[in-house]
Amino acid sequence: MKRNWLGGTLGWLWLVVVLLPIYFVLITSFKSMATYFGSNPVVPAIPPVIENFIAVLEADFGMYLVNSVIVAVGTVVPMVIMSFMASYSIVRGHRRLFSPVRNLFLLGLAIPVQATIVPIYLIIIRLHMYDSLVALMLPGIAFGLPLSILIIANSMRDVPKELFEAMDIDGCTEWQKMWRLALPMTSPALVTVAVYQALLSWNGFLFPLILTQSPDKRTLPLALWSFQGEYATNIPVVMAAVTLSSIPIVILYAVGRRYLVSGMTAGAGK
Amino acid sequence: MTTTAPSPLPSAAQDGAASTSGRRARDRPQLSHVLFALPALVMFGVFALLPLIGVIALSFTTWNGIGPIEFTGLTSWKEVLTRSSTWNGLVLVLLMVVATWLTQTPLSILLGAFLAGPQRYRNLLAVLYFLPLLLSSAAIAITYKSLLDPNFGLASGLNLDVFALNWLGDTTLVWYVVLFVIAWQFIPFHTLIYQGAVRQIPQSMYEAAQIDGAGRVRQFLSITLPQLKYTMITSSTLMVVGALTYFDLIFVLTQGGPGVATRILPLDMYLTGFRGNEMGVASGLAVLLVVIGLGLALGVQRLGGKDANASQMEGA
Repeated sequence: MKRNWLGGTLGWLWLVVVLLPIYFVLITSFKSMATYFGSNPVVPAIPPVIENFIAVLEADFGMYLVNSVIVAVGTVVPMVIMSFMASYSIVRGHRRLFSPVRNLFLLGLAIPVQATIVPIYLIIIRLHMYDSLVALMLPGIAFGLPLSILIIANSMRDVPKELFEAMDIDGCTEWQKMWRLALPMTSPALVTVAVYQALLSWNGFLFPLILTQSPDKRTLPLALWSFQGEYATNIPVVMAAVTLSSIPIVILYAVGRRYLVSGMTAGAGK
Repeated sequence: MTTTAPSPLPSAAQDGAASTSGRRARDRPQLSHVLFALPALVMFGVFALLPLIGVIALSFTTWNGIGPIEFTGLTSWKEVLTRSSTWNGLVLVLLMVVATWLTQTPLSILLGAFLAGPQRYRNLLAVLYFLPLLLSSAAIAITYKSLLDPNFGLASGLNLDVFALNWLGDTTLVWYVVLFVIAWQFIPFHTLIYQGAVRQIPQSMYEAAQIDGAGRVRQFLSITLPQLKYTMITSSTLMVVGALTYFDLIFVLTQGGPGVATRILPLDMYLTGFRGNEMGVASGLAVLLVVIGLGLALGVQRLGGKDANASQMEGA
């Protein structure tokens, strides 16, 4: 085999393109203001300082982090349970009754979330939930369902029918079949969906922007945005905030990478 | 159907008896199945379908976001269709779709084909490529703002005059920035899709081509590209529909500026509704967005000529 010079050059070049901004964020986080304005931006500061991180944590960063975690968990857990139960009905239920249900959720894949923000704002106001964390979870759950159901149902179709029939013979109810058989057999798909939705929820900007208003209801992306408005000139502090806000999701990625990548690409190809 | 079927003996759990009982179980609509699906249906109905219907209804009203909602017929639509910023946003969003596709698809295919190679280090590259996808658009936009700062960003670090241009303040240059940042964020995702697809192509096809004396480029053009057809449909669908939703990034990076140079339709909709308090007009713009999204998605599928559900991406 000849070496693929073109592909290789392109591949490594893209790696530089990907990593350079991330590198810039990291080294800038550890610079003092004076160092930042007086030194070369691509050379790390010696010694690194952690004053920026302390400043970020003092600016209620912990609260925004907790808000983001609450919204992510409050979105992902109900959504995974609902998607799983609906998938069970779609795969195991009466065909003529549930194929419209399946198609309805497929339609949901084509709805651009942005286009629904005005009515969602109205609904949330009417439910007296404006400016609460729950307001962020509800649309998040709804718009996460279509793709999740697609992925989970595809995985449930692969469970051998004989296993369900064996449980029928043992006199199990549908409820028992769902939790004792379908759940363990589809758990990889459930993890995929959970990790992916956590990622979406964690990085969501639009719903928090529209549905909340008080500083104490802010999630991280929104907090970052207002933070850089306040500290426009203090770039090292803003970069430290970017770094801190990304750490939890990078950890989640390290743990759930296998599931995330396979699930995303499989879901995308259907 | 009240007669209970004789329960088949465990020994009869072979094809015949078992599958009839399996079929029979599926033939009876069961209340439990309906109940299982209900929570998802209710959530989806109230927070996704209802808003979709609601946005059409609201486009025939006048509402400032706080006071009463008044039915005013086509007033909001007249406004939607006569404002210059609607057409500006429409043209920009379509430009965004085309430019995004042209920049991301060729690069993603080339990178994906490269990453599909057998060496171990390519998997490590794939892991690193994925990093931008983890960051929020807000974080990415803020990062690039700092990087492009003419005085303290890359311009002074790398001493390249190209970075010292007024990237975010010039109506033409800002587009290069936006397209580059979007590419930086999303090319890795499409690269992964293509990597999975290229790995599915049978090696024997390449071996046959080599025996026929086809070089690497020829193999790529005659085998890889045609085999990626369905993957291209999938990736392109996600790409063009996604291009309609680059709201957060542009909102933080440019606020639609300079002037209205990057005020794409979703941003125009947000600013009209939530800053200009014209929710009826914003709803009309949202309807346009839905129509364009559906039109683009169908158009891509049509161009592909076949149902993309037949994509060969399964479980890549």
